[in-house]
Amino acid sequence: MELQEKLEILADAAKYDASCASSGAVRKDSRGSPGVGSTGGTGICHSYAPDGRCISLLKVLLTNVCLYDCHYCINRRSSNVQRARFTPDEVVRLTLDFYKRNFIEGLFLSSGIIRSADYTMELVIEVARKLRDEHHFRGYIHLKTIPEASPALIEMAGRYADRISINIELPTQQGLAKLAPEKNLARTQEAMGHIRGKIDERHAEKRKPDAPKPPPFATGQSTQMLVGADDSTDAIILRRADLLYGDYRLRRVYYSGFSPIPEPSSLLPIKPPPLVREHRLYQADWLLRFYGFKVDEIATDTAPNLDLHLDPKLAWALRNRAIFPADINKAPREILLRVPGLGLRNVERILRARRYTQLRLADLLRLRVAMKKVLPFIIAADHTPSRFGLDDEALRARFLPPPRQAELNFDAPPPAAGDLHSVRSGEL
Amino acid sequence: MRNVVIHPVFEEWRARARELLALGVPPDKVLWSDEAQEPGLFATTQDAPPRAPVPKVPPAFLDMARRVAAHTDARRWGVLYRVLWRLTHGGERHLLAVPTDRDVRHLAQWCKAIGRDIHKMHAFVRFRLVGRDEATGREQFVAWFEPDHRILRLAVGFFEKRFAGMDWSILTPHECAHWDGSALQFTPGLPRSAAPDGDALDDLWRAYYGSIFNPARLKVQAMQAEMPKKYWKNLPEAPLIAELISGSRGRVEKMLQTTERPAKPAPKNAYLESLMKLNGQQPPAPEEQ
Repeated sequence: MELQEKLEILADAAKYDASCASSGAVRKDSRGSPGVGSTGGTGICHSYAPDGRCISLLKVLLTNVCLYDCHYCINRRSSNVQRARFTPDEVVRLTLDFYKRNFIEGLFLSSGIIRSADYTMELVIEVARKLRDEHHFRGYIHLKTIPEASPALIEMAGRYADRISINIELPTQQGLAKLAPEKNLARTQEAMGHIRGKIDERHAEKRKPDAPKPPPFATGQSTQMLVGADDSTDAIILRRADLLYGDYRLRRVYYSGFSPIPEPSSLLPIKPPPLVREHRLYQADWLLRFYGFKVDEIATDTAPNLDLHLDPKLAWALRNRAIFPADINKAPREILLRVPGLGLRNVERILRARRYTQLRLADLLRLRVAMKKVLPFIIAADHTPSRFGLDDEALRARFLPPPRQAELNFDAPPPAAGDLHSVRSGEL
Repeated sequence: MRNVVIHPVFEEWRARARELLALGVPPDKVLWSDEAQEPGLFATTQDAPPRAPVPKVPPAFLDMARRVAAHTDARRWGVLYRVLWRLTHGGERHLLAVPTDRDVRHLAQWCKAIGRDIHKMHAFVRFRLVGRDEATGREQFVAWFEPDHRILRLAVGFFEKRFAGMDWSILTPHECAHWDGSALQFTPGLPRSAAPDGDALDDLWRAYYGSIFNPARLKVQAMQAEMPKKYWKNLPEAPLIAELISGSRGRVEKMLQTTERPAKPAPKNAYLESLMKLNGQQPPAPEEQ
């Protein structure tokens, strides 16, 4: 089989993994070495596909032959998809050739499971070893690991990689038992705990001055959860994510809206979830990590799924109108962070500016704050929202998208203009 | 009113600004403009006369000014000088801490535009292999790029660190940079025709680009927000975009019409058997709080 044909099959097989980060690695570069590569700055997206996803890494499987039968996956053993397998040298060559042309930030290598977890893991590690040791490659490497692989192999993977990840896939054991019978939530979390231990140990901020430097290890781990393949609510998904961020210190949880695959399984829902659900989950994820929200505030027992029409912060504000309006010249940071339309950076700017000046609406305009969104929720030196505005039952209706004639359309609902930036990052 | 015409680089603005500041010329009495003609590349920039005292400004201002100088907006020199004046003579030493101030906001937006231009250059430069140096055996690459602003010198450190092990040149209409493994060199700008058009690897890259695209989630606007069309002419993958978009609906409909496939029984495999045994014995996962 020609290299190009293999590349087409094994990139196609890898595209359902949403992870694309190439940031957060230890600072290293190629100066003084015969090789190429650098990491440590912000990640760079070298291209974008028409699906809006960034292309920053060469994302391929080593092989799409797989023993497992995960029903959401195009590569499961029951699928009739064409199979291919790279040799480690082929992946090394492709990575270096693409990298030198500045197409990519590095390699994201995963694999179907062949023979056993350890056998597969060894093949994956061999690619990374060749890149690092034989070709002096200092670009980004993300390796997917298998929870059942032996700890020694995971340690070796972490030594060559900047990031390692295990996909949790579904937020509950019941979901896995039904759709991914070979996988197990407890074993996955146990392996994540092991990785967390290694990351903490190698990147401890304080080490005894004369203690020997331990061998390198990846700086972070991430995971992916499928959305819409089982019947888990957003509350269940977000609670699992919150646990992974808290107890396992994951850098990122990626949410991947289940999308139709060419080889559908009879166990799967026929209709994929709307793309906007995945987007709302990313927004909620941001609220949990950077805005001081708790899961229970975003997804409640009575409404376990996020509102698809409103971003979760605005939805929360509309449910909690009593704490508004917030005075942008006096309110503490925690409250400002809860004002719909104020992002992290603008909150910091407001806090700095108000030490020297009384903030007016013109100042917010200059900061490009979304005025329509914030006005009902804030007091500024020259603005007090109408007292009726906040109590108005029509306030919610004001933020809903205008009604549109329904049409037969497979596309997702178009994001609001202000949402565009956050489609990729989830940032509010 | 004074007319100050400068060669548009930071060092020159700084030298003139120091002189004006020493003479106590307020910002509303100066009109700044860029020299219409490019002086020779090796023209030396004038240093400030030794008598002009060096004003004390926050280091953050100098960082900003260096970046803003690369911008093409004609108002930048005037705004820079006004901020400098306000910092030193206007009793507003804290000025940079007021992000809502009109002048500070201007500087911040120009800085952001420069930052974005640099970032996009790091992302969308495409090196083309042109040969191998016979003496050193190093591969030689050439890239063409058209930044919006004069950012080559601000952007080039990244390439030096990342591609130390190969020889490369980046050509732009204003200026070119060259790396040979030991030092960076700059030469005058060149036209597009000086750079190679393609690379033997382009077909493989296009094959990858086409395959990593998921037709079931079309988001053309999101793509274009981050990769505006003005960059497409230098991206070997861009010619595929129209075809990928137009073919996507048909591909998805085909997927949705495929008959679902039932599960196959597990093959005989020792590892799989051990796994299923383990799964049978596994205690339930620790549940979320």
